[in-house]
Amino acid sequence: MISSRLTNKLVIAGYALFLLLPLYWLLAMALKTNRDIVSRLEWFPASLTLANFAEIFTNPVWLDGFINSLTYVLLNTALSLMVALPAAFSFSRYRFLGDKHLFFWLLTNRMSPPAVFLLPFFQLYSALELFDTPIAVALAHCLFTVPLAVWILEGFMSGIPRTVDDMAKVDGHSTLSFFFRIFLPALKGGIGVTVFFCFMFSWVELLLARTLTGSEAKPMVVVMTRTVSASGLDWGVLAAAGVLTVLPGLIVVWFVRNHLVRGFALGRV
Amino acid sequence: MSPEQKNNRAWLAVLPVVLIVAFSGVVPLMTVVNYSVQDILDVHTRFFVGFDWYRDALRDERLHGAFLRQLGFSATVLLIEVPLGILVARCIPRDKHSTPLLLVLFAIPLLVPLNVVGTIWQIFARGDIGLLGAAINGLGIEFNYTQVPLHAWITLVLMDVWHWTSLVVLLAFAGLSAIPPAYYQAAALDGASRWQMFRHVELPHLRSVLLIAVLLRLMDSLMIYTEPLVLTGGGPGNTTTFLSQYLATMAVGQFDLGPAAAFSVIYFLMILLLCWLFHTMVVSRDQ
Repeated sequence: MISSRLTNKLVIAGYALFLLLPLYWLLAMALKTNRDIVSRLEWFPASLTLANFAEIFTNPVWLDGFINSLTYVLLNTALSLMVALPAAFSFSRYRFLGDKHLFFWLLTNRMSPPAVFLLPFFQLYSALELFDTPIAVALAHCLFTVPLAVWILEGFMSGIPRTVDDMAKVDGHSTLSFFFRIFLPALKGGIGVTVFFCFMFSWVELLLARTLTGSEAKPMVVVMTRTVSASGLDWGVLAAAGVLTVLPGLIVVWFVRNHLVRGFALGRV
Repeated sequence: MSPEQKNNRAWLAVLPVVLIVAFSGVVPLMTVVNYSVQDILDVHTRFFVGFDWYRDALRDERLHGAFLRQLGFSATVLLIEVPLGILVARCIPRDKHSTPLLLVLFAIPLLVPLNVVGTIWQIFARGDIGLLGAAINGLGIEFNYTQVPLHAWITLVLMDVWHWTSLVVLLAFAGLSAIPPAYYQAAALDGASRWQMFRHVELPHLRSVLLIAVLLRLMDSLMIYTEPLVLTGGGPGNTTTFLSQYLATMAVGQFDLGPAAAFSVIYFLMILLLCWLFHTMVVSRDQ
């Protein structure tokens, strides 16, 4: 048993190392000057500098980009959760006309490549005068976050035994009061996992976010790609921006970390 | 299905989802279908061309190349990520303190924006400034992912494994946590080996989460766009140009609306078909 526990630790350590090395290298780059990056290869930056971060924080383009990104991601997560909760409840607790087909149809939307939708989206949101607003990106991202949210929530809801429903009915709860007073609190883990996935898929997406924004609502990730092409090889600033884009995700995952474990432990994700 | 209530009013609760997905999914898809049967010269001049664009797309040599590369890429990353993910998930210790920390740590790559993933690996794999590139150069192999197709492929696969294996890990860990300890005890009493334990106790319980994991990875790897665009730009030559990039070039770069739309429809149906095939294969073996 001891030897197998050792191999377990080795596997975990090896995997963690594989994940962390590229991230460490990114951080190291962000703390070096461009001259040091190009001229010397070293494990630890010999002379640390915060100039790359200062460049980002003093430039309003970067700051606006950061706020724009957060705006549409939060909008999208809230919207997805709001529409997916009642729908998932229906799918898990009732049978209705066409329910199985509807569920599969929702999933097919998760399968459509965003590249397919570039042009129609552009025209649709231009016609609605939503182009270049966070609302356009938030709505467009619903294409994949809403089906996913329904899918995950349905799994968690089905994991809550139906006897809970019956007992609540005996206690005199209406469907609505049961849903808000008993069901939602029991679903905390599932909601945490759903928020995590919605946030993640919306935060990391670039293609739609770039197509649907111009100068006003330009998200962080797009500012990054444009900086690369404009200034050529400013590796230091690019790496610093990369480090900053990882932070919001880290904060979210830190908040839901216990839900993740408990939520995932519920089983059917 | 007896405890489930038949209730068509449940539709009301589903309606918002249907509307929002119809708005962001069906309307654009129908627009694409509409384009795909027309030759559009400008806003006012368009001709109905029937299935011409579809025929052209199916005969397009470059498209065949992109299609084969896409299948090769998706198969490679799935074959690495799924077993590796299960292996890592089995090794995660179960206790109050280290488990959440490890899960948070493993979740980090999932939360990195797609283009930043590309940037990270660009910085990491370059021969001049990157740790990985420099290390391989140090072994005496001239590593250059912008010039040598094989090196570009290795870098891309490594990047995808780095990026997405954790998804399989998280899902597989969820599945493992749901197995009641009694099963392990019973298997231990029967003197099951580690492999038998895995094969006959864990794997059957992992089925449903693994189905989700494989489907998610299959769909997403078939749609991969941003990461190769940042890392290799589809090159050297077009050796790492996959379907989405080919499509984006056609639609936004060259503005060939009709052909791009026809290709979009084929692309969408192809992913649908693959996922459906996989799903029915797994479900039918179940019964």
